[in-house]
Amino acid sequence: MQFPTDIQTILSMLFYVVFAIFLFYGQRIQMYIMIREVQGSLYRLKYIRDEGRKITIETIKEIGKPQVDPTARVDRFLEYFTISPQNLDPAGVVWKLEHILDVRDTRLKDEVKTMAPAADETQANNLENTLEAGMALNYIYKVIRHFYLLGKKTLSLYVIMQIQMILPLVMREAEAYASALKAFAYGQPIGDGAGALVAAKLTYGYEKRKIAKDCVVATVPIEGRTAFVIKAEGPGGNVGKPGDAIKTVIDENEGKIASVIMIDAAMKLEGEPVGEVSEGIGAAIGGPGVDQFKIEESLVKYRIPINAVIIKEDVGDAVSPMRKEIFDSVDKAIERIKQVALERTKEGDKIVIAGIGNTIGIGQ
Amino acid sequence: MQNQSQTAKVPGRVLIVIFVAIILSLTAIMLATIIIDVYPDIAWILLIFGAIGAIMSGYTLLQLRQRVLRTKIETPPITTTLECKACGTKSVREFQRGDYIFKEGEPCQKCKGKTLITAIYREVKEKDKELFPF
Repeated sequence: MQFPTDIQTILSMLFYVVFAIFLFYGQRIQMYIMIREVQGSLYRLKYIRDEGRKITIETIKEIGKPQVDPTARVDRFLEYFTISPQNLDPAGVVWKLEHILDVRDTRLKDEVKTMAPAADETQANNLENTLEAGMALNYIYKVIRHFYLLGKKTLSLYVIMQIQMILPLVMREAEAYASALKAFAYGQPIGDGAGALVAAKLTYGYEKRKIAKDCVVATVPIEGRTAFVIKAEGPGGNVGKPGDAIKTVIDENEGKIASVIMIDAAMKLEGEPVGEVSEGIGAAIGGPGVDQFKIEESLVKYRIPINAVIIKEDVGDAVSPMRKEIFDSVDKAIERIKQVALERTKEGDKIVIAGIGNTIGIGQ
Repeated sequence: MQNQSQTAKVPGRVLIVIFVAIILSLTAIMLATIIIDVYPDIAWILLIFGAIGAIMSGYTLLQLRQRVLRTKIETPPITTTLECKACGTKSVREFQRGDYIFKEGEPCQKCKGKTLITAIYREVKEKDKELFPF
């Protein structure tokens, strides 16, 4: 048999070979391409996770001045987990969840104090936030690695496919946490603090008092109304307990509150500009839901109307250092609050204004 | 958990394979140009395979370079704005650890009065946006 040297014959033979390969091994080839894509992202996730760990350890050493090397303790801390309460019988689950979160918070604070004995309260709060961002990065990396290895082990297209499909969103979140880590380590204000900044601007120069755990309130005259402006106590990384704070203010005034206005950063949809201010109804607060539940309970008890003003930003902006657009939108949000107060309440009324969000890098 | 800094690097053996593929592809193209007059059919085959090999290895090399570039975490510059309480002068400087909004800053450069940190933010330079009709 003579080897064909005619170019057309060779090309058509090549075509049949390629066709046969793709017919029988097409799915496998597709799977290997997906595995490689996940592997590439996994390299980046590992790098981000390691960098996060390095920044955390360096910050603890710099601020906390520990007697012993905190590396082993940080590594142990990164593996920390929280088990959510059983909700087969949902009655009372909010209080159980609150208890679990309180215990977790106390434990984290104690760990930080042990790791960084020289850190003051603000620095300790920032370190706690830094460690939490490190924990999140560690968890994301481990989940993606789990599916990658499982996909390789089982050679199942569907195991790999499900992780490959959500990978762009996961990577966005991981990159957001990476920039959050630096912001927390340095104590820079983050996008999520937009609500807290609104409250800080409203209360600047007025006397504040502690109203709930890590929360302060100031009585501020706004457009002829008496406003009780609530924010988390800064400038350390802190969200406080706005649910308890709002409840206490309402109870102190025996429910005679004309309106509650909540301000928070909220997720924007693609296509919407960063820092857009919107207005609506409802308790504008994220998190596990404990504070939202408490606020709604207090409002229902006294039939108090609730208004919300949100500042739109994406997940990356929410946890990374505050963008200029978000900072500029704070004044617009204040104008909107005044407008709501004018339109929805009468002169002489009492209102509650709650600036929700992490108050890192924002004093009062 | 170990700190493995090599995660950002490209494995050496991968680079060797790519470079060998590039050399082989270029050799095939060169050989094709030499024998094209004597054996045109074989020369064309060599040319096609050489070109495909060169393009594929070049593309892989480019992808690896992009992966290394993507591995860096960007740190945007953060600016702190200080405002003098007495004369109202605004000054902007780079963020320093310990700065926070409504913290008293260093004395005013003009009147030596007390200053207040009124803003801390980062500026994002948006890439030229495409004209988007929606």
